[in-house]
Amino acid sequence: MTFQSIIFYVFAAVLIISALRVITAKNPVHAAMFLVLSFFTAAALWLLIYAEFLAITLILVYVGAVMVLFLFVVMMLDINFDKLREGFWKHLPIAATVAILMVVQMALLLMGKAINLKDAGPIVPAAGASNTKELGRILYTDYLLPFELAAVVLLVAMVAAIALTLRGRKESKSQNVGDQVRVKAGDRLKIVKMDAVVDVPAAPAPEVAEEKKA
Amino acid sequence: MITLSHYLVLSAILFAISVAGIFLNRKNIIVLLMAIELMLLAVNMNFIAFSQFSGDLHGQVFVFFILTVAAAESAIGLAILVVLFRNLKTINVDDIGTLKG
Repeated sequence: MTFQSIIFYVFAAVLIISALRVITAKNPVHAAMFLVLSFFTAAALWLLIYAEFLAITLILVYVGAVMVLFLFVVMMLDINFDKLREGFWKHLPIAATVAILMVVQMALLLMGKAINLKDAGPIVPAAGASNTKELGRILYTDYLLPFELAAVVLLVAMVAAIALTLRGRKESKSQNVGDQVRVKAGDRLKIVKMDAVVDVPAAPAPEVAEEKKA
Repeated sequence: MITLSHYLVLSAILFAISVAGIFLNRKNIIVLLMAIELMLLAVNMNFIAFSQFSGDLHGQVFVFFILTVAAAESAIGLAILVVLFRNLKTINVDDIGTLKG
């Protein structure tokens, strides 16, 4: 048993235990924390097979952004979690059956002789080779358009998340563009019918007479 | 020596755990979303294992895109959850049956 396989088994055990705690934790904050732990161990396992860029990305994107979002939502909302756990263990038999069936099937298939995966080790990169550099080269040449589309997806998600949760303040003043467009001249300008006013010439200016008296 | 089947079995176990999590936490949307994240992690681990053990980097580009889409998905999912809680004061899946008529 080499050093690398010991590391693999340790991290795999931590990953499985923390994943089990995620789905069984009473408090969703604990579940989120165990999910962070499982992301960290998964990143370590990815580092073990020389996928450095994605390991770092997993920590930055998931632990740094997504899990913080989860924690914010769990802590902001005032949810009665005890009520949500009623009948939690009721579905355990079917859940365990399905899960164990899936694992046994996959293990039989993957460990068996039918597809021989046993003797292939990870391809060790040459000294000085950079996973990040190679990935960047592919991403900015062959996958340039999907890369731009991914950026658009993120932008749309950001706009949608803000638009969904934005709550305008009550005292804030804003324009209703629809009302502004639909307005008619009659709503603004009132035409009143009235008789013409005849301008009577005034009497000769009194100031002149006053000046003479003085 | 670590082999490809080690990684594949590990991600199968992870996937099965998250499927069980979806069965168990049928009422709590937040933990359901977390189980979906775990599922995506298992899928990503498969992608990376195949990519590294066969020396083809294109699988890792796929993982990159999955990470992007998953981040967008959870952001919008949590925003919908917040709006839902504001309107209904609950996140219990059983109470969200307004469309049933």
